[in-house]
Amino acid sequence: MHPAPSVIIFTALSGLGFGLMFWMGLGLPAVEGTTAAIFAVLAMGLATIGLLSSMFHLGNPQRFLRALTQWKTSWLSREGILSIATLGVFFIYACLWAFLDNRVVLLGYLSSVMAMGTVFFTAMIYAQMKTVPRWNAMSTPLLFLLYAAGGGALLAAQMTEAMLLLAVLAVVQAGAWIQGDGAFAKSGSTIETATGLGALGKVRLLEKPHSGTNYLMTEMIHVIGRKHVTKLRVISISLMAVLPVVLILLTDVGHMVGGLLILLHLVGLFTARWLFFAEAEHVVGLYYDKR
Amino acid sequence: MTQLPASTKKKLGLVIDLDTCVGCHACVISCKEWNTTSYGAPLSDVDAYGADPVGTFLNRVHTFEAKQEGCSAQTVHFPKSCLHCEDAPCVTVCPTGASYKREEDGIVLVNEDHCIGCGLCAWACPYGARELDKVEGVMKKCTLCVDRIYNENIPEEDRIPSCVKTCPAGARHFGDFNDPNSNVSILSAARGGMDLMPEQGTKPVNKYLPPRPKADIVPELDVLGPLLAQNEKTGGFLGWLDRTLEKL
Repeated sequence: MHPAPSVIIFTALSGLGFGLMFWMGLGLPAVEGTTAAIFAVLAMGLATIGLLSSMFHLGNPQRFLRALTQWKTSWLSREGILSIATLGVFFIYACLWAFLDNRVVLLGYLSSVMAMGTVFFTAMIYAQMKTVPRWNAMSTPLLFLLYAAGGGALLAAQMTEAMLLLAVLAVVQAGAWIQGDGAFAKSGSTIETATGLGALGKVRLLEKPHSGTNYLMTEMIHVIGRKHVTKLRVISISLMAVLPVVLILLTDVGHMVGGLLILLHLVGLFTARWLFFAEAEHVVGLYYDKR
Repeated sequence: MTQLPASTKKKLGLVIDLDTCVGCHACVISCKEWNTTSYGAPLSDVDAYGADPVGTFLNRVHTFEAKQEGCSAQTVHFPKSCLHCEDAPCVTVCPTGASYKREEDGIVLVNEDHCIGCGLCAWACPYGARELDKVEGVMKKCTLCVDRIYNENIPEEDRIPSCVKTCPAGARHFGDFNDPNSNVSILSAARGGMDLMPEQGTKPVNKYLPPRPKADIVPELDVLGPLLAQNEKTGGFLGWLDRTLEKL
């Protein structure tokens, strides 16, 4: 799949924003007044930048309100509705907390559940795609939730929780990569099932339908950068999980190290998200003898 | 809206005969023409006369080669357009309700005034049947020429999809799969009409007829072999040549 910057930024930043909201909903970090307000603005800012970024890949973004109508069947619609509702509930909760010094615990729990729900719905947009076998697994929502909770814990300065979550994340991410490598073959879709010509023998594409490219090929077939996959995986997992865990274990995390941790995690997260799209193969590629 | 109907009154669709298709791409061109001048936004081309032309098409013809070990290869022209699936995954993922499957005839359509152009339906389709128009920013797909088949302003014999009407080889057939006596039901039953990627669980309505077994698909010819084998028995000049070459 084409790794469009808009969807990478959308999933990465909104995940972090809702992740921070999850921790703040639990009352962490235990701050008050202006500091609480700054954390809340950071959480809502990240989520909002992410959500706005997702609108850049729309053909007709001015009609986006219509995307909130089909919650009965569409994960994208559900995600849109819940993200807006979460921002609303969290905004009220954060205002009461920061300005009136009245942190309503139940409202906080509600924000936490809704924030994680939004991340889950975002992940399901991808996990539901039977056409992209690498995404079509329960590891996809699990990963998105771990990225949100782990990254959110870093932002919320909850270092012990962050360390544990990032360690789990590293293991699950590595497992998802390995499982994903065999997912296409396991899906059973081949050029023979795509054409129905398997009974005639081994099938190959003799001639493309046109000499140039088309929307399907630029959107679904991305082969650039695959040769660096192993290196990128190592870089990503090191930066987003291994180094932060080591740093938390070995140092007394203050503001400087904390900032560095978040920066490392961010670069690793963006690399992982780029791989999430770039490595995903769509079955339509079978008709073009390319994946 | 994006909930699929439990069943549809009619099940309109195409039968595409891979045995008959000659790969002339006439269906591609007639589809582009009809759908550029009627239903919804025109099918745009970008850089049409430049170095990297790209355009929206609702129907494309691929050409595949099938080959069995030791046999000569077979070429199969393969027109591909929307299969109007019963369990259309493109419809249920749509966040706006722009994509829908009609209860009366099973045609899958896009309401272009509601489409935000997110492209998720194109991701959900295993067949590459949907293309986002670069100029209009809305999703385009085969309408089964919904503006022809019910159009009382055109002669009755023209009330079939443009691709079917234009096919010079008669490789495309249009009809109602819910009617067991329709041309498409009979053809599909007689010739083993098949689903593309059945493992995706989309239950396509359109059926593809596999190429008939070819009489000339035989184990690959060994050009010199039979000649030499024959001459080993009969002797003569070639037999002598064979024996002499053998000794070298």
